[in-house]
Amino acid sequence: MSATQVQNTDEKPQFYVTEEHHPENSTMLGFWLYLMSDCLIFAVLFATHGVLGRNYAAGPSPADLFDLNLVAINTAMLLLSSITYGFAMLQMERNAKMETLVWLGITGVFGAAFLGLELYEFYHLILEGAGPTRSAFLSSFFTLVGTHGLHVTFGMIWLITLMVQVKKHGLNPENRRRLMCLSMFWHFLDVIWIGVFSFVYLLGVLG
Amino acid sequence: MFGDISLTQFIFGRLTLEAIPYHEPILVATFIAVALGGIAILGLITKFKLWGYLWHEWFTSVDHKKIGIMYIILAIIMLLRGFADAIMMRIQQAIAFNGNEGYLNPHHYDQIFTAHGVIMIFFVAMPFVTGFMNYVMPLQIGARDVSFPFLNNFSFWMTTGGAIIIMMSLFVGEFARTGWLAYPPLSGADYSPGVGVDYYIWGLQVAGVGTTLSGINLIATIVKMRAPGMTFMKMPIFTWTSLCTNILIVATFPILTATLALLSLDRYVGTNFFTNDLGGNPMMYINLIWIWGHPEVYILVLPAFGIFSEVVATFCGKRLFGYASMVYATCVIMILSYLVWLHHFFTMGSGASVNAFFGITTMIISIPTGAKMFNWLFTMYRGRIRYELPMLWTIGFMITFVIGGMTGVMLAIPPADFVLHNSLFLIAHFHNVIIGGVLFGLMAGLVYWWPKAFGYKLDAFWGKMSFWFWQIGFFFAFMPLYVLGLMGVTRRVSQFEDPSLQIWFIIAAFGAALIALGIGSFIIQLIVSFLKRDQLRCDSGDPWDGRTLEWSTSSPPPDYNFAFTPVVHDHDGWYDMKNRGYERPVTGFKPIHMPKNTGTGVILSALSVALAFALIWYIWWLAAVSFIGIIAVSIAHTFNYNRDFFIPVETVTATEDARTKLLAERT
Amino acid sequence: MPTSFSLARLSIILPLMLLTLSGCNMVVMSPSGDIAAQQRDLIVISTILMLIIIIPVILLTVYFAWHYRQSNTAAKYDPEWHHSTGLEVIIWSAPLAIIIALGAITWVSTHKLDPYRPLDRIDAARPVTEEVKPITVEVVALDWKWLFFYPDYGIATVNEMAAPVNVPINFKLTASSVMNSFYVPALAGMIYTMPGMQTKLHAVINKQGEYEGLSSNYSGDGFSHMRFKFHGLDQAGFDQWVARVKQGGTMLNRDAYLKLEKPSIKEPVRYYSAVENGLYEAVLNMCVRAGQMCMKEMMHVDMMGGGGLESHENKAKLEHDNRHADSASGHTEEAAPGATFPETGNPARSEEPAEGIEDRQEEPATMNHDMHKM
Repeated sequence: MSATQVQNTDEKPQFYVTEEHHPENSTMLGFWLYLMSDCLIFAVLFATHGVLGRNYAAGPSPADLFDLNLVAINTAMLLLSSITYGFAMLQMERNAKMETLVWLGITGVFGAAFLGLELYEFYHLILEGAGPTRSAFLSSFFTLVGTHGLHVTFGMIWLITLMVQVKKHGLNPENRRRLMCLSMFWHFLDVIWIGVFSFVYLLGVLG
Repeated sequence: MFGDISLTQFIFGRLTLEAIPYHEPILVATFIAVALGGIAILGLITKFKLWGYLWHEWFTSVDHKKIGIMYIILAIIMLLRGFADAIMMRIQQAIAFNGNEGYLNPHHYDQIFTAHGVIMIFFVAMPFVTGFMNYVMPLQIGARDVSFPFLNNFSFWMTTGGAIIIMMSLFVGEFARTGWLAYPPLSGADYSPGVGVDYYIWGLQVAGVGTTLSGINLIATIVKMRAPGMTFMKMPIFTWTSLCTNILIVATFPILTATLALLSLDRYVGTNFFTNDLGGNPMMYINLIWIWGHPEVYILVLPAFGIFSEVVATFCGKRLFGYASMVYATCVIMILSYLVWLHHFFTMGSGASVNAFFGITTMIISIPTGAKMFNWLFTMYRGRIRYELPMLWTIGFMITFVIGGMTGVMLAIPPADFVLHNSLFLIAHFHNVIIGGVLFGLMAGLVYWWPKAFGYKLDAFWGKMSFWFWQIGFFFAFMPLYVLGLMGVTRRVSQFEDPSLQIWFIIAAFGAALIALGIGSFIIQLIVSFLKRDQLRCDSGDPWDGRTLEWSTSSPPPDYNFAFTPVVHDHDGWYDMKNRGYERPVTGFKPIHMPKNTGTGVILSALSVALAFALIWYIWWLAAVSFIGIIAVSIAHTFNYNRDFFIPVETVTATEDARTKLLAERT
Repeated sequence: MPTSFSLARLSIILPLMLLTLSGCNMVVMSPSGDIAAQQRDLIVISTILMLIIIIPVILLTVYFAWHYRQSNTAAKYDPEWHHSTGLEVIIWSAPLAIIIALGAITWVSTHKLDPYRPLDRIDAARPVTEEVKPITVEVVALDWKWLFFYPDYGIATVNEMAAPVNVPINFKLTASSVMNSFYVPALAGMIYTMPGMQTKLHAVINKQGEYEGLSSNYSGDGFSHMRFKFHGLDQAGFDQWVARVKQGGTMLNRDAYLKLEKPSIKEPVRYYSAVENGLYEAVLNMCVRAGQMCMKEMMHVDMMGGGGLESHENKAKLEHDNRHADSASGHTEEAAPGATFPETGNPARSEEPAEGIEDRQEEPATMNHDMHKM
């Protein structure tokens, strides 16, 4: 070995822990990072809509197409689902399994209502000849709103899976962690929707 | 022919027998070679009954070390493919003069340069870098595994899945003929109607999922799993560069994913994002893809910088000069890399102020990069340099890379870029930084950490052969391209008219041949070293007199890495321990909590490949089945709550005792 | 100080470079147009500025690598030395100083050499005066050939371009289907050509001669041969050239353009003595075909708030990218082919050859002028 100098001989520091070392759980951080990466996907879609949102290709514009009342109801559904998810989390904190499940179920119903209204809107638009291939504006509209809808769909699948798991295994630490992750996901989708509602629908119709 | 054509179309989509290129002699020969090689390997595995071993010990492993090694194996295999493309291009360009059309028509040549770029970036450099980060970083921070071990395995298999999709295009159908970034409108459905661009899109999408998840995983690992005492400013430089690289990955790969998704909507659904007509905007694709693409360059080069930093400090026997400024330089580069994307298309008609802004931000990156260069330089100053292989690569890097850096700054001046953009000067520049920077760094890392992973050093003679062939071959292969660029020759051209260019292309082809010898020497080095492994063995775990924690454990490290989690007092943690009389604990072991292996990653990746294949060939039933399969398997996986186990204390004690004995024998 | 230093370097480096490269014609380093010459100067200046850092770094690397080798025990060894504020200041500020200098040069030169900016000088000695009348050339990148309109003369050419020396040229550029990049290395830097969009380039050629022009952005199968000759002529020569085009050429109307626009490789030089009114504008606005709505009109409608709900017919009027799909034979409708030409005989784009290939025999003799060898 090379001649290394010993600098500090007076006290021998501790170089390892003798007990089992438990690093902090990284799930919440990891999931947060995932949400941020997902957020970037939406950022790209928003930016795309920003660039293409007024390229109607001599076709219909938001003012011609959007029914703000319908969208407002839709928004209410999603916001309510976020609130009811919050109630589910409060029940989880109280360790009340049945109540948690009930609130999760209500959340799912609101989510399904949201998806149903969105599908109705899409169906209606396509029927009017304003499908995603009509113009760049409609391409970016359908993609942005549709991507959000796909996320909600996956959130629903996840929600149902988790309900089964909570029913089966109770509110054990894993399930609590998963409920927290889904909670972040659900609220995240809410925030994205607020962006969609303001920038795509409101600004589209009024701006 | 089959009576009911629509049924055939239903079953096979647009896949027909004609998609198999059996009338292309080059491809048939390649296919036969690959098939024979594949059958031989599969046969050997079967003969030696290795399937179970491979499945249980490797494919389903969640051990970051094994996953890291698998990433690097993938990278080396894909390097051979990517380099074969390079050689083919070099030969074509060397002979296609005076009306000679060469041996590759544009249809093939265009696929080859596209494949070369895609493979080298996504399936050589990326897995190589990810492999090192996976293998080394947890050891450097004193962790037992990464934050999400299953996700790690899944990420690896998704990357491999992407590589498989790209490789399939060689023998079934064709690859994209668009250049490695597939600019629309050329890559749109109307101008590239075949499956080529679809292979490109789905190969990158599948691999991209893996890359993004692996980025998330490694960030979480670095942030949450560092050994006690290791503050951020005590992390080894390689860990720092890994952190920055993974932040870049998480912050950019979603942009690539979204951009390619929009392109695929244009191709599959008929939307108008990047079309010429109906309000589409192809320039937006170019902006978006480079917002990913430029940080990607730094994703590759930052870990290489980290490797050089470790190597220089170790082989100069000296603390790294300017640790703090190295860290800040890395972070500055990370941030600036987002503010320069437009320099890839100064000639697209942006205004002068926009061009000048992006030109200047690009130049600013050279300041922290220059600072890094000086830091390595002054680490050598008053050092005692041992010329082992990793140090050779590092010196080679320092001399080669500054030239690439210089030409890079030239390209950053917009008016100069107007005459250099898309020219062979540009090609020479980025190969100069990617080979001279990234590849040399990866080779340095490979010889540096090989003894850690396998317990023996790599053969020095063949290593030196490899180094010199690479180094000299690089200059022969790419200096002529600088000249050709200044002669007004642009990229992606397969036939030439001006005979005075030919000599330079011949020199470049000669350089490529030298590089081929370099790769050959490298393979021989691996084989020779394996055969001589007993002579080259280094049991101590610390063959280079290392400075960071990975050298404190055995080579190869046990499954659990460290029997006791180390406590860190200095950024050269292991050096500090050696200096201050660290004694290896030999008793008092405890059972160790570890994650269990799982085959879910392999299955999900296989289903993803099937889904991609189905989408490429319009086989909709298969797409539906594999998509539902992916969802079902993912859900089923979450029903498994029993994902970890304890390594019993007897096993730990036995492993550690064996090492105690070995170390005692050595002294 | 820095100037004399850099000049000293220059005197060492340049002869070396010239020595090694005397065998080849580096058009980028010795161009014939004023814009390209200024761009060349920037390359030289920036190289010299950077060599101030690069050369010491390389020399120091080699020296340290040699001097501090393990076997040289005479060299000082200081394993704990890892910080020096003074050195840190130097290693950050030296590159910073160079970059400040380069940044200033960049800002100024980028504005001065902006391709959109009309020229203010013909060369270093002569400014552009009121009397100098620039010529306008409208460039269309087609698959895979170049079409040049000369609106001042009412003529057009394919794969050949000429311009009088010392007269500013105003280029307006667009493309028909995919992106290309217009590049005459001897004349000026390149600029992308994009469908439905117009880019601009201002340049001047100062020396007579025949120069290479090409597409520098990959655009598909015929890209390698997407080259043309650029002739720098004196005024008399240019007038003769115009006369020759007028005399020997045919009419370029919309139909002729639509035929020409179809993909073809190694298209010969072609002359058009007359051009249908507004053809370039129509190409730029993607409305050459009968019944198409022009981009300009579409953008106007969009600005006024769109075409409303009853505007379905506008979609077909605006479709452009799929224009070759209907003319190609058979199989495009059912399913797009998996692999393209030549593996399966499926064409990459359109099967019908462009005009130049079918009726070459009927071409007037003048087009032999500088025709590309087939």
